[in-house]
Amino acid sequence: MSQAQYTETAAPSVMPGGEALRATNIVKRFGAVTALNGVSLHLKKGEMLGILGDNGAGKSTLIKILTGYQPPTTGTLAINGEEVALKSVDHARELGIECVYQDLALVPSLSIYHNMFLNREPLRAGPLRLLDHKTMRQRAADALEDIGVNIPNVNEEVSMLSGGQRQAVAIARAVYSKAKILLLDEPLAAMGARESGLILDLIDRLKKRGDLSLIMIAHNYAQTLEVADRIMMFQHGEVTFERASAETSVPELLDVVRRNYKVVRGAH
Amino acid sequence: MSAQTHKSSPASPGAPARPHIGTRSLHGFLKIREGSILVVAILLIIYFESSNANFLTRPNLQTLSQFMAAPVIIACGEIMLLICGEIDLSAGMVFALAPFLMYFAHEAGIPLIISFPLALIGVGLIGLFNGIVSVKLRVPSFITTLGTMFLINGFTLTISRGFPVDTPTDGLFTFLMGNEGFAEFIWAVVVVLVMHGMLRNTRWGLHTTAVGGNLIGSAESGINVSRIKIGNFVITAVLAGLAGILEASRIGSTDPLAGGANIMFMAVAASVIGGTSLMGGSGTIIGGLFGGLVLGVLQDGFTINGINAFTFNIIIGGAILLAMIINIHFARLRTMRRTK
Repeated sequence: MSQAQYTETAAPSVMPGGEALRATNIVKRFGAVTALNGVSLHLKKGEMLGILGDNGAGKSTLIKILTGYQPPTTGTLAINGEEVALKSVDHARELGIECVYQDLALVPSLSIYHNMFLNREPLRAGPLRLLDHKTMRQRAADALEDIGVNIPNVNEEVSMLSGGQRQAVAIARAVYSKAKILLLDEPLAAMGARESGLILDLIDRLKKRGDLSLIMIAHNYAQTLEVADRIMMFQHGEVTFERASAETSVPELLDVVRRNYKVVRGAH
Repeated sequence: MSAQTHKSSPASPGAPARPHIGTRSLHGFLKIREGSILVVAILLIIYFESSNANFLTRPNLQTLSQFMAAPVIIACGEIMLLICGEIDLSAGMVFALAPFLMYFAHEAGIPLIISFPLALIGVGLIGLFNGIVSVKLRVPSFITTLGTMFLINGFTLTISRGFPVDTPTDGLFTFLMGNEGFAEFIWAVVVVLVMHGMLRNTRWGLHTTAVGGNLIGSAESGINVSRIKIGNFVITAVLAGLAGILEASRIGSTDPLAGGANIMFMAVAASVIGGTSLMGGSGTIIGGLFGGLVLGVLQDGFTINGINAFTFNIIIGGAILLAMIINIHFARLRTMRRTK
């Protein structure tokens, strides 16, 4: 059933406004700690949602739930309008959910193309099951070019790349693996202005493809506003603010944070 | 992938338009990790040949090859383990145990051609034990195999009562094991080529590198990290056992005191000199062969030059350090050139 919907979204004409993801009333408790307290969100096909929030706001818990790493205590997830209980990370991947983690999960001592195909390497025909380096090189170069990333040599070790290039390789890997919903965990963390610009451009291009729905988790308000269609603010495990990027501003976001900070302090 | 366009514009990024093979191998030579250590080995050979005319003679080359063969075979296993972030200190004791396992199996009436694989399976189980204790029970492999090093040594001494025995022989088997000339070295080269192919051209090899380079990332990619590590412990033990049986077959005597910590450290030294990182994540089997060559040439060269046995270790220790400094320095120059 969901398979049928893939083909639908993979077709050049994407049904605009269709729903890629919906989370309803997600609660996640770890013992006495409530990390997420009734969070609901939705993501349209081809939409880019920016999620802002400080440390401890529940952003990483949300990622773990959306990627199938942990189940929610209560609440439901629906993908392409169909309710699912994610059983594992692999299960989430089968459904087209990929996450580019902050640590990127790249192996520095391996080449770009080996990293792109880690654990899904094409093999040459024959009983020896040898790696098909040639196909990997070619496809890796194509996949990078496909998303407009200019890395001259896919044989280069990842350890030789800049932070932005590494991020681009990790994103290309996720996109190449037929992601439909791409989660980006702090893609701009610890990156200089120029590098951030490159990644923001890349995210912009991915958005324009129309077949990917993106959720970007970030700290930087200005950059997130620039690239996201819609902004959600997470504070203390709850959604405290949600608006289209065009209808809000950095000062307003800062004001929301300040107000809630005061409320919390007042409560103590 | 919808846009599988195969472009041919000269500026297209990453298109593997690779230069002529001659140019490539010339460029490749200095770029590859193994290149610099081979240069060191050749310089040493030139030095010893110029200081002693007997160095590059057939009998001496045979001595050299026999000295190198066993540590190089063990190094092939240690390199796999070092790459995935582990080490096996017990390999030298496995080296001594394996020919005894073969001997006792043969004594029990089992033909040699079957005793031999049985002995390898026996030492493979030791590798499995090392792997399970290190990976599943989370004891650092340095400690696990330090324990099994003493344990296996004691076991070998107990079953042999501390005395050497004659290695059993029969025509075909002894021929295959090759008890003369360069046979053991040919075995070593075959093992090196097979293991090199495995490291570079199979998923197992690639995943071994991935596990050592980024353990969590590899697990996130769905690689069975424990399986890779435990498997490499088994490979190391089997190769150490093979080296032990080859050596015992060549000498004709199975000695409970053969190998030991000495040959294990030789193998680890050959690995590290050859360019394998002790920190995991990168390494080369061919480099291990060249590392073994450097160690062999040093030992053999100084021996035929008649260096005093007391000063010998000073010189070999210093030479190892010097070789490593040169090797790391070459590696840094290489990195600088590539990032430019």
